[in-house]
Amino acid sequence: MYGAGYRMESLIKKYSDKLVSQNLCEKDTPLLGAIDDSIIWSRDADEIPVLEKVLLSLNTSSILYAPVKEPYRSIINYLAENSTDVIRPDDTETRTFLHDIPVADQFSADEIIDNLKKRKGLIVRNRGIVTWGSVSPEQAFVTFSSICFSCYVKFMTDFYFHSKGIAKLPGNPEKTAALAVSMYRDFIAALQGEPSIQGPFSSPDQTAAAIIEAGLLTVKSGMVDSFFGNISAKFGSTIYISQTGSSLDELSGAIDPCPIDNSTSNAITSSSEFSAHKSVYESSPAAVILHGHPRFSVIMSMLCDDMNCRNRGLCHINCSKERFIDDIPVVPGEVGTGPRGLAKTIPPALKGRGAIVYGHGLFTTGTVDFTDAFRNLIDIEKKAFLLYTAMTGLS
Amino acid sequence: MNRIFGWTGKILKIDLTEGSFETVRPEKPVYEKYIGGKGLGGYFMLPHAHLHWQSPEIPLMFMTGPLVGTGAPTSGRISVITKSPLTGTIGDASAGGKFGTEMKRAGWDGIIITGKAPSMSMVRIKESTVEILSASHLKGKRTDETMALLNDGASKAVIGPAAENGVLFSVIAFDSDSFAGRNGAGLVMADKNLKCIEITGTGEVAVYDTPELKKAREDIFRLAAASPVLKGELGISEYGTGTLYDLIRSRRMIPADNFRATFFPGAEKLNAFHYKEKYTPSKTGCAGCHILCKKRGSDKRAIPEYETMSHFTALIGNRDIELVMEANRICNEAGMDTISAASTIACYMEIEGLSPDKIDILKLLQEIASSSGEGKLLKEGSMKYAALKGHPEISMSVKGLELPAYDPRGAYGMALAYATSTRGGCHLRAYPVSHEILRKPVATDRFTFSGKARIVKIAEDMNAVVDSLTACRFIFFAASLEEYARALSAVTGVQYTGHDLFKAGERIYYTDRIFNFLNGFTSADDDLPLRFFSMEGSSGEGTDIPPLNRGEFLKTRERYYRVRGLTENGLPVKEKCMELGIEWNL
Repeated sequence: MYGAGYRMESLIKKYSDKLVSQNLCEKDTPLLGAIDDSIIWSRDADEIPVLEKVLLSLNTSSILYAPVKEPYRSIINYLAENSTDVIRPDDTETRTFLHDIPVADQFSADEIIDNLKKRKGLIVRNRGIVTWGSVSPEQAFVTFSSICFSCYVKFMTDFYFHSKGIAKLPGNPEKTAALAVSMYRDFIAALQGEPSIQGPFSSPDQTAAAIIEAGLLTVKSGMVDSFFGNISAKFGSTIYISQTGSSLDELSGAIDPCPIDNSTSNAITSSSEFSAHKSVYESSPAAVILHGHPRFSVIMSMLCDDMNCRNRGLCHINCSKERFIDDIPVVPGEVGTGPRGLAKTIPPALKGRGAIVYGHGLFTTGTVDFTDAFRNLIDIEKKAFLLYTAMTGLS
Repeated sequence: MNRIFGWTGKILKIDLTEGSFETVRPEKPVYEKYIGGKGLGGYFMLPHAHLHWQSPEIPLMFMTGPLVGTGAPTSGRISVITKSPLTGTIGDASAGGKFGTEMKRAGWDGIIITGKAPSMSMVRIKESTVEILSASHLKGKRTDETMALLNDGASKAVIGPAAENGVLFSVIAFDSDSFAGRNGAGLVMADKNLKCIEITGTGEVAVYDTPELKKAREDIFRLAAASPVLKGELGISEYGTGTLYDLIRSRRMIPADNFRATFFPGAEKLNAFHYKEKYTPSKTGCAGCHILCKKRGSDKRAIPEYETMSHFTALIGNRDIELVMEANRICNEAGMDTISAASTIACYMEIEGLSPDKIDILKLLQEIASSSGEGKLLKEGSMKYAALKGHPEISMSVKGLELPAYDPRGAYGMALAYATSTRGGCHLRAYPVSHEILRKPVATDRFTFSGKARIVKIAEDMNAVVDSLTACRFIFFAASLEEYARALSAVTGVQYTGHDLFKAGERIYYTDRIFNFLNGFTSADDDLPLRFFSMEGSSGEGTDIPPLNRGEFLKTRERYYRVRGLTENGLPVKEKCMELGIEWNL
């Protein structure tokens, strides 16, 4: 049911490998430690004595340290250099789960412990990122990845306002922005592949197989932060949806069948966006829904020049403007079903190719299978990237 | 003491023998180290560990936490702490309602009751005024009848006839929907001839930094809204804890036939959806809570919690949800713990070889509550009953506390957590359901012991803090001690980090272990019924439920002892006490 199984040894290897495969770290650089009654490490390293002290001082089961790869290295170094002791990104991931990201000057046990007592992860200037997990190394990986994503989004968002002369950044951010754009241009140009399982789906098993395939493609194409997002498909009167916190590239055994009439409550382990998905199915001809966090769609959703707007600072919940990126609507909405939750804002907006939630991510649909939903996800992200580079003069 | 925030700085101590009361003012460091609720209760209980639960000197405590009465979310709860008549262990339970809030508003962090009244009595507290009154007119009355006869505007803690008749798993009912269950605290209250406490307060709890508390509150609300299990359309806010029924059933770990099976055919017709269809419930809950997990049907009867739904169906072979509603009503009105009641009946059925169609469950519950017929023996709980019948192995309990509705063969962290729980077979101490089933904070493999020793220890520490704050455990499906540390710092002005709270939790839980050690508990008591190591569960639909591997279980328990800082026999050591700042000499 849970894939490869929960073994400390296999988990620290798995998430060390994921940091590399997701282009966050260079090969052999992640250092992951896990503790039950004794500590095991993913590799030998000079940093172990410091991290061991950290691990033994905190009530955690795992710790992760790694230098980050470009362009994250330049971005994080820039943000750390120009921050005092904390970085405050404004995307949904940070606002909801990280709150803010502390910055330490030294790779010392005391400084790391002091910061990790308060937060799930921190940046050590010119060294890398340290994160921890209370239950599993997976948490350390997710926080690490989220810090990279949040910093990327913050830097590129700030750079837009800098390039427009609205809020000048210190130093020389142009070089870093150009590097990030150049690397993403190469990445996005190389994207290929489409779902092979065609609809209409003929069985629950085929529906699940199509979800698994779409999830894998979404992660491979870099359209998510960490491996999060959510995917669903309707078959008969049941919505098949990825489970909460599941890796979109490992959905086998992590899909919940949820009857539309709520006659079973399986959905309590399904995605936090189940209600949004359900509302879309009830109000549109959608047969599948794909939700990822493609970075330039997220960045573009946060770019609004109206600095005097009364909702400034509360755009994610209060934006009242009709905003579009190309033909794609941008709506406010927090994760989940709260009074300002995207369960309420996404369904009415998701009538065309897709809809973007401010600072959060992109939803696309298909009326038969995942072909259109996946294609739209990629096309919208490509368009968002092109628009960003044009607006910032980085094209 | 300098001005303090969050805490009131005062604990009311009532001596029922003398009919007197006094104010206890703990030093601020005691508050900072033990926080409140379960923590403070454990601190005050430890010197009395050697006393029998029927000793007049044994304290019965009602303790709130520093967040109670403030804007901190889901923090209106109270902990009841005493020595358990059922298990002989530390006996603590968390309850909701508005008792904690009223107590704080009346200016008290807690109430410690000692002594024994000469006849049935009640305590009335209005702000700082305390009265001990006769309650002879309430003797023998049900919890609902007693509530109805008390002051409408006050919050109430009452016992029912079950406690007065010596049921070892008697509860204390708070207002109309909450109970301090599991450990038989109601019986201690009855033994003190205390029928009820009525409390009213109008003061305000001082908050150190209101804007900062508001920020912490917004963070917590945001996380709660993002949690499908809390605020999703099928979450406990909509369906109550009964929403777990489908999940546990589909994972093939619903205890059936007194834990001889882990699957119950027909259970899909007994889920929360069917209760909602049949009884059209409305939401209710604790003071100041936005989750509102309690449900009441249109006929005003309480909709059962998950544990009650499960044990009064699968465990005893019943497929009639109306019977579950009535069993729940009888237990609530009589003041009995539903888990122990159902499990004791299941034990009785197995020992006597009775099939479900040969037994009148509701009559049996009435007999237990009134200590008549079969109830004379069953009121002692399954462990004593089974031992009396010569079959102690048929009691599905740990340390004498009946196991709740998660079969440990379907979740190995739960297996360890049941064994190490300081109050006996309880799912709430470490609540591995959170990660093994609900995927929070992330999913772990439920069929391995790997890593679970430390995970269980950390979770025990965390939940000890939760019960000391006194906050709701459910919010921690979404939030963490990181967010609550911020709220606690804002309320008290004492700067806590999440990890400071973990350390406090470790101190509080270790104090439990010392209490139990002083009462003779060892590793032999940190064990599961042998059935789980020899009998396969109900494998099927691609899921195997083999017996637990005893060797792996024992190795994991050894690892747990090392992580917890205990000897290989599970006993506390002086060095660890010193490290944690526990003032107790071995």
